Amino acid sequence: MLAATVRVTRDLDEAEEAVQDAYLQALKRWAADGVPERPGAWLTTVARRTALNGVRHREVLRRKLPLLVEPAVAEPPEPAGPIPDDRLRLVFTCCHPALAQEAQIALTLRLVCGVATADIAHAFLVPEPTMAARITRAKKKIAAARIPYAVPSAEELPERVSVVLTVLHLLYSAGHTAASGNDLVRDELTGRALDLARMLRTLLPADTEVAGLLALLLVHQARRATRTDDAGRLLRLEEQDRTRWDTAMVAEADRLVVEALTGGPPGRFGVQAAIAALHAQAPGYAETDWPQILALYDVLLRLWPSPVVALNRAVALAMVEGPEAALAEIARLEVGGRLAGYRYLPAAKADLLHRLGRDAEAAEAYRAALALSDNAVEQEFLAARLSGA
Amino acid sequence: MAQYAVLIYERVAPEDLPKEIMDRHLGLPDRIGELGGKVTAGLALQPNETATAIRGDLVTDGPFVETKEVLAGVYVLEARDLDHALACAKLTPVVEGGVEVRPLVGFQVVPD
Repeated sequence: MLAATVRVTRDLDEAEEAVQDAYLQALKRWAADGVPERPGAWLTTVARRTALNGVRHREVLRRKLPLLVEPAVAEPPEPAGPIPDDRLRLVFTCCHPALAQEAQIALTLRLVCGVATADIAHAFLVPEPTMAARITRAKKKIAAARIPYAVPSAEELPERVSVVLTVLHLLYSAGHTAASGNDLVRDELTGRALDLARMLRTLLPADTEVAGLLALLLVHQARRATRTDDAGRLLRLEEQDRTRWDTAMVAEADRLVVEALTGGPPGRFGVQAAIAALHAQAPGYAETDWPQILALYDVLLRLWPSPVVALNRAVALAMVEGPEAALAEIARLEVGGRLAGYRYLPAAKADLLHRLGRDAEAAEAYRAALALSDNAVEQEFLAARLSGA
Repeated sequence: MAQYAVLIYERVAPEDLPKEIMDRHLGLPDRIGELGGKVTAGLALQPNETATAIRGDLVTDGPFVETKEVLAGVYVLEARDLDHALACAKLTPVVEGGVEVRPLVGFQVVPD
């Protein structure tokens, strides 16, 4: 609705007001006349009409009232781009590379997913007024710099799709393990990220990285119910009840992974999805195809040389060559310093030390990880590991 | 059409620009025209050392802001939207540095 209305106003604030106004009108009209057959369409039509009136009014003022001639403000024509979809246009607007990445995610959450500013602020661990100011600044830049409400042209699309995919991945990750709070998962965020990935997939069926991202999110989603036990405690991959994984979702992800890896040179989401899918296919943790996963991490590290990928590769290396080899890798990452403050580094190190029976060092690493986590479920998990180490 | 200033930041002084880059500067309005944009004004600035800054009543030598890249020139571009402006601005030849695209406030400060 917002996406369709923005196309009329070309102004996010005006469009949001028109949408709110439509809801108010609906409350009154539907109470009297009953709910229309297609409530969504009704609301969109009303919001667009209100917005169009606003635009006409502004045009009249601009052309000076004395003329008293209503200018012909036509509805903007349906754009002739390759993907005529209002929501997707709004996603691409929110994810324009001219906006800071944090603003891209915040705007996508606010305008495309309808998440309240207070909740976005919570996810980013900033006070609500700070987040409100960031969103306002981003909206101002969209208006002042004239960031278009458009799906980019074919030649710009690959670069811009990758920004959108990164934002959707971050959106999902923000929901997958909440940075703070009492629950591990924020379902509304993961659900919306998955919806948007599905939408992108429908609209860009030939894009292998879109297929890769959707596959990745599906595998995560398939395992979602088993990540905590009945008491809400975090379960590691090796402790999870694999019989409760959503096999239909895993099968769908498998098909997408094949497309992602065979449709052209593999991208980072395709390779990540392949790794996740291999985990999901294994009947048990020990039976996982670790050598293949390690080989995929080598590919991933070339495509996306991130220290986080290097850390995950080290965990796979431990399964192939043993904890000692992995500890040497982790020592190199510690020297690099780019993962200082990343709680999964001391947590992984602690686990490897524990497996080698070096429990005093393991305890120290668990304490370091504990100091870096703000999520109650994660903290409880680490505290339990610490007492067992 | 919306107006944008394209600010050219360059580490190489204008007199030291290679001939090939100079030629591309001279041809820039035409190339932007081919993309559907329009250059309406352009200024090339003398090097930083020639700048004098005035802040209140205080007059000092040098530019207002010291950076490694020097503001070397400005042109005003008419484009449909930011994506169009960026596509045009990408044609700007730069030896070492880059360009900044800034939307202009929509009032005329230059007489017609």
